[in-house]
Amino acid sequence: MEGDQFKGSADGINAGEAGRGICNEVVADFLNTNVEEDSSEAYLDNKMQLRDLLDISQVLSEAGSAIIDDSFTRCFKSNAPEPWNWNIYLFPLWVMGVAVRYLILFPIRVILLALGWIIFLSLFFPLHFALKNHDQLRRQIERGLVEFMCSVFVASWTGVVKYHGPRPSRRTKQVFVANHTSMIDFVILEQMTGFSAIMQKHPGWVGFLQTTVLESLGCIWFNRTEANDRHAVAQKLKNHVNDPDANPLLIFPEGTCVNNEYTVMFKKGAFELDCVVCPIAIKYNKIFVDAFWNSKKQSFTMHLVRLMTSWAVVCDVWYLEPQTIKKGETPIEFSERQQNFSEAVIRRLNATAQNQ
Amino acid sequence: MGNSSSLLTQYDLEDLQNHCSNLYSQREIIALYERFCQLDRTSKGFISADEFMGVPEFAVNPLCQRLLKMLEGLNFKEFIALLSAFSARATKDDKLKFIFRVYDTDGNGKVTSSDMLQVLRDLSGNFLTDEQRQSVLNQALEQAGYTVDSALTLLDFKQVLGKADLKMDVEVPVD
Repeated sequence: MEGDQFKGSADGINAGEAGRGICNEVVADFLNTNVEEDSSEAYLDNKMQLRDLLDISQVLSEAGSAIIDDSFTRCFKSNAPEPWNWNIYLFPLWVMGVAVRYLILFPIRVILLALGWIIFLSLFFPLHFALKNHDQLRRQIERGLVEFMCSVFVASWTGVVKYHGPRPSRRTKQVFVANHTSMIDFVILEQMTGFSAIMQKHPGWVGFLQTTVLESLGCIWFNRTEANDRHAVAQKLKNHVNDPDANPLLIFPEGTCVNNEYTVMFKKGAFELDCVVCPIAIKYNKIFVDAFWNSKKQSFTMHLVRLMTSWAVVCDVWYLEPQTIKKGETPIEFSERQQNFSEAVIRRLNATAQNQ
Repeated sequence: MGNSSSLLTQYDLEDLQNHCSNLYSQREIIALYERFCQLDRTSKGFISADEFMGVPEFAVNPLCQRLLKMLEGLNFKEFIALLSAFSARATKDDKLKFIFRVYDTDGNGKVTSSDMLQVLRDLSGNFLTDEQRQSVLNQALEQAGYTVDSALTLLDFKQVLGKADLKMDVEVPVD
């Protein structure tokens, strides 16, 4: 009798269920009541039924609550930081800061990045072809090179990354999930451990990078628009997770970049693989720069430029305790549990950051 | 998004407050205005049906189609006047009026049993058959003293729902 039959279409969103549940309970009770009972109590009880049938206040307030403020839109809202340079004393300081950032730091960082790329590419491609037959050795060197390149990237935005928790180990039947704020999440994690990730193929120079360099790490591609793709990808994921030589697999279950204060519903794909799930929480310190990449508003290049003209990108990476699916839990419930856990961690990190 | 309250002058705020019978404070109206602008992505001055349906929690609500007919195309003034029924300051009468409007789709001041049946259908979906719904409704109507053919007015609604504990308060998040 309870709302189970309604869960299918909503896939985790429980809006409307409470209201419907009450309505159905009332109606079902009514149908089961023997209407020929003549006691006054039964009469009074039954008289109230019209009132219960007509009372749609709960469903309406859920709708009203969604219109006035909903948790989905909240995830993509970026609060503009309060301008602090508005008076005659602070403004010149701010102008000096801008000059330093754009005219001194930015060129240095660009040069650093360019050098890093040159070194990386000049080592990567020759090795890629020369060691074609020595797969094990080739993979190790390529992994090391990619880690080096990621460190260069991180240095190019003066990234100050603090890692907490036990470092990931290479094991089969485990998958890493992390919250997603920007494409740089991947770079920051990659700097420490050679992960393979599952990603959407992007256009432009990012796409080129994906196909050449990231291929060596064993990354998996998918195409959101292709329906058959899902099975093929699920199979590839399963194979990857069971392969002892493959790099640890990293998945961003939100599927999109979110503003680092809340989490969007986790897609269940990562939780259907029958493995241990190791959560990673990435929290950026907003004081230095807001690292949220709103892909509808900015291209990745503009986003990088913004990062490279800020003072620093400060973030904390927390490797959290591995979680396993509980007995009798469906993958959807498991993913919800992980989402709540992840959001709680981010909120707690947010709160401690604000208290500092 | 910037400081959108600068687009509303004090005069505007007072006018808006009057229009929604002072059921929202000025800060709440500012917050609702930000929300209105957030939903109205193309800055038309009203929110279209698909912009409402873009809010997942709204789209899965069983009464969303009925509410959509009431809400779409409204300018901000009408929007908050309609939503004021959800304010904690709104009286029970205001809330009952709103509920009545949801039932009375053609706006003629009368809610027939077929109107009530349609809302029941929206709420219960495939859980019940039409015959079951009809029989439940008929029995409920008769026991409340109405016939199957009677059309309920707002006064009738007030009588039936008068003692119900309507929990229809939605808080407006104010920064």
